[in-house]
Amino acid sequence: MNLPAAIPHAAKLAQAAARAVAVNGADTAWLMASTALVLLMTAALGFFYSGLVRGKNALNTLMMSFAALGVVGVAWALLGYSLAFAPGNAVIGGLRYAGLRNVGLDTGSWGATPHLLFMAYQGTFAIITAALISGAVVERMRFSAYIVFITAWSLLVYSPVAHWVWGKGWLGGMGALDFAGGTVVHVNAGVAAMVAALVVGNRKDYGRQALLPHDATYVLLGAGLLWFGWFGFNAGSALAANASAALAFVNTMLAPAATLVVWMGMDGIRFRKVTAVGGATGIVVGLVAITPAAGFVSPSGALALGALAAFPSYFAISYRSRTRLDDSLDVFAAHGTGGIVGALLTGVLASAAWGGTDGLLYGNAAQLGKQALAVAASAAYSGVMTFGILKLVALVMPLRMTNREEGIGMDVAQHGEEAYARGEGAVLVPPEALAPRMERAQATVTFLAAEGA
Amino acid sequence: MKLIVAVIRPEKLGETLEALYRAEVRGLTVSHVQGHGGEVERVETYRGTTVKMGLEEKVRLEIGVSEPFVEVTVQAILRAAGTGDVGDGKIFVLPVENVYRIRTGEKDEAAVTPQPVGLDELLG
Repeated sequence: MNLPAAIPHAAKLAQAAARAVAVNGADTAWLMASTALVLLMTAALGFFYSGLVRGKNALNTLMMSFAALGVVGVAWALLGYSLAFAPGNAVIGGLRYAGLRNVGLDTGSWGATPHLLFMAYQGTFAIITAALISGAVVERMRFSAYIVFITAWSLLVYSPVAHWVWGKGWLGGMGALDFAGGTVVHVNAGVAAMVAALVVGNRKDYGRQALLPHDATYVLLGAGLLWFGWFGFNAGSALAANASAALAFVNTMLAPAATLVVWMGMDGIRFRKVTAVGGATGIVVGLVAITPAAGFVSPSGALALGALAAFPSYFAISYRSRTRLDDSLDVFAAHGTGGIVGALLTGVLASAAWGGTDGLLYGNAAQLGKQALAVAASAAYSGVMTFGILKLVALVMPLRMTNREEGIGMDVAQHGEEAYARGEGAVLVPPEALAPRMERAQATVTFLAAEGA
Repeated sequence: MKLIVAVIRPEKLGETLEALYRAEVRGLTVSHVQGHGGEVERVETYRGTTVKMGLEEKVRLEIGVSEPFVEVTVQAILRAAGTGDVGDGKIFVLPVENVYRIRTGEKDEAAVTPQPVGLDELLG
């Protein structure tokens, strides 16, 4: 038997074997748990954000995150997943998986888990990325405009960028490292948030009155639950219950711990008091920064990365509050800055011995360049597209509430509910009393129309 | 000496305090109250239960002032707290028999005349 003929045959057999991998129980169990963990992060983000706003906007802020669970979840199943992960070109996926066609229970290139589960897991990322942007526009953006915006954004911005990095697109093909979404999720959302704050405009009281967090305990609760969910975000991104997942898991514990220590230290040095809201912010920044590096750096590298990541975000937050840019909850300073720093430090600290590609520290300076290109490309695309989408939405509906409604608060003005309703003086309206009222209102409208004509 | 009691919209508190500060009216008491001023009742719905909110959140300011400050204070509140809609609130000006400053025992005019406080003192 001559060898040259045998090798292609063996390669074909190996390919066929790879296609027909059986579902692995451990991998599937871990991916299901991870999917639930990441889904919880969006609720946690809602509480984190809600604690940071004024009490009259607490429900609206929570709903901005919760609504993403609905609209982005549905958009993902119908179209977003296909645009991100279906076979396509280097820029965007095709329509092969649209409406979940051809998405079954078979395993595939991602690993020994069912295709449908992979789709769901990735969907949780699309949801939280869109919800992250809300922090920049809370307390004034109209809920309906926000819903239209994040739905369009998830399809036109998130899906393509996810395709570039994870869907066999050009950034992943070039060798840019992004373990769990530092670029796709955090740089992407951070830049979109800054642009959204600019386009929607500042809160009417911004820079004139102190706009304080109404419940710092929610902020800490949200940060704690985000950390918990982030184990699914990072360790789940190994897409298997393996050593890489364990590394990402441990790094997800260590890096934010280091960021928290540095953050508390800087608070202590600058203000002689360690703040709770600062501590919660430090945890989130550390989680953001380790995201692209989680399965690529050593545990000591993760500690260093977490500690270093504290500085740029800490000063970005201090600086931003003195500017005219009302990125209300500092989405760019936390996620944009943290994401950029994390992506670049991945290019420095990544190590082949731990599962990555060697970075600058191990003699491969080129990796840092690839990381920088990935950051710049995502940031530029996200910025331009976010601006365009918001301007288009503004043609159809106002982006923000009137000053008067903003004064009353988003909860009452947009949802007809209060977060902390006491019920004093509330009069029960029986259902039968509502109907005549509607008829009367309709009669008035008809009368006025007739008068006007 | 008069006691000025103003009931205003909570979202107008910031602007009103700013206006009072600019008018050099210091020393006031703020309380959160609920009331009804003839405004259209707000309807809220919780799981299908519809309720009319008969009482609105309001903020009550109580300010003890000497005679020269009465008109200044009233004007400042009128300008800052109004929106033009029903529910903007009321200002009551009441006569006051006596006022004492607890710290010094000063009485009447002296007790409602603010004493200069330096910024350093405020910040500790």
